[in-house]
Amino acid sequence: MDDKHYSRRDFLAMAGVGGLVFASSLPGCASTGASAGAGYGDFSFVQLTDIHWGYGNPKVNPDTRGTLTRALAAVNALEQKPDFVVFTGDLTQTTDDPKVRRQRLREFQDMSRSLNVPVRYFAGEHDASLDRGEAYLEVFGGALNYTFEYKGIHFIVLDNISDPAPILGAKQVAWLKDDLAKQRADQPIVVLTHRPLFAMYPQWDWATRDGQQAIDLLMPFKNVTVFYGHVHHEHHFNTGHIQHHASKAVMFPLSPVGTMSNKTQLPWNGAKPYDGLGWRTVRATASGAAQQMREHNIG
Amino acid sequence: MRYLIGRCAAGVLTVAGAAALYINAMAADVPGAPAQRIEITATKFAFEPKEIRVKKGTRVTIALKSPDFVHGFSLPDFNVRADGIPGKTVEITFVADKAGKFIYLCDNFCGEDHDKMTAFLIVTES
Repeated sequence: MDDKHYSRRDFLAMAGVGGLVFASSLPGCASTGASAGAGYGDFSFVQLTDIHWGYGNPKVNPDTRGTLTRALAAVNALEQKPDFVVFTGDLTQTTDDPKVRRQRLREFQDMSRSLNVPVRYFAGEHDASLDRGEAYLEVFGGALNYTFEYKGIHFIVLDNISDPAPILGAKQVAWLKDDLAKQRADQPIVVLTHRPLFAMYPQWDWATRDGQQAIDLLMPFKNVTVFYGHVHHEHHFNTGHIQHHASKAVMFPLSPVGTMSNKTQLPWNGAKPYDGLGWRTVRATASGAAQQMREHNIG
Repeated sequence: MRYLIGRCAAGVLTVAGAAALYINAMAADVPGAPAQRIEITATKFAFEPKEIRVKKGTRVTIALKSPDFVHGFSLPDFNVRADGIPGKTVEITFVADKAGKFIYLCDNFCGEDHDKMTAFLIVTES
């Protein structure tokens, strides 16, 4: 089986092969029929994260342009075309120069337009912390936090990066509270955000200081899953029944949580190019079957 | 996370953007603990000094200067964090009650080399 050709069963089958793929129940698994909402159906989306367009350390990645091109081509080549792609932040490598920031954002935007499915974006701290999202909003429009509905799932994009602190902030927490007040208790919810909402490892700045407030607000909902980036390696964690899943990065891998005294960009492995880089397919199935995710490698 | 008090000459700080009001540290109120004051300067993109050493049980006061940005000072293993304030010295007091090597970092995103703003506290056995 390769990345282009996999069946619905592969998601499930690979779940039993330790380390190859992580599969788990996602929102919707407990919600069937009418309770899942009208229009609920079988679909998939792709998570691409931490593109860091403009990154320039050849010892870590000597093929920066090629890496993104490979990832985009692999998504386009999926036999089962995803319904959409979401980029979960750090689209660009940060720069103190506002002109270069805009240039990188536009270049990345142009590159991403080669995708043959609809695309959603939101920012990471590299894109938006230094100007509180000004350049990002100028290029991409929209908002830094927003919601959308897709086939019965309520998607919530949270901004935990535009304040350098980094926080969600009282205003956004109130916005989230208002939004959730409109949802049924059995509404499947997917949260998309850049940083981990939980205190994954504050020693490496892998946290959202007030993220627990969002988790507390989400806790009454039975089916909640969070997809995020920022940590540049695959990671899975539960806060109560809420699942949090970090994807591999597109541009460079970071040392897994707590394995070194300091956060470290892992050097390029000439014997295994693109090692540690990847992206993710998330599959939402109809009729109450478990939803799963599949991790893809670049290279 | 338990937040420790950040003090400056003008009194208790309020910090824009950081939803933290620093609360007095019970851990700092250990009778008889030896005291040590350490000056740390945070600038883009490094702490100076890059390593500080204290003995276990020391009541440590960090005097934080942050002239060019509201850098964060975060020492998660002791539940200590504060924001530096340009033009002021922020004091943070805690008791180094366990031995080991502990990272401290800027946790306010400050620019291109933000990730390099890390340093270490070494706590040795008495």
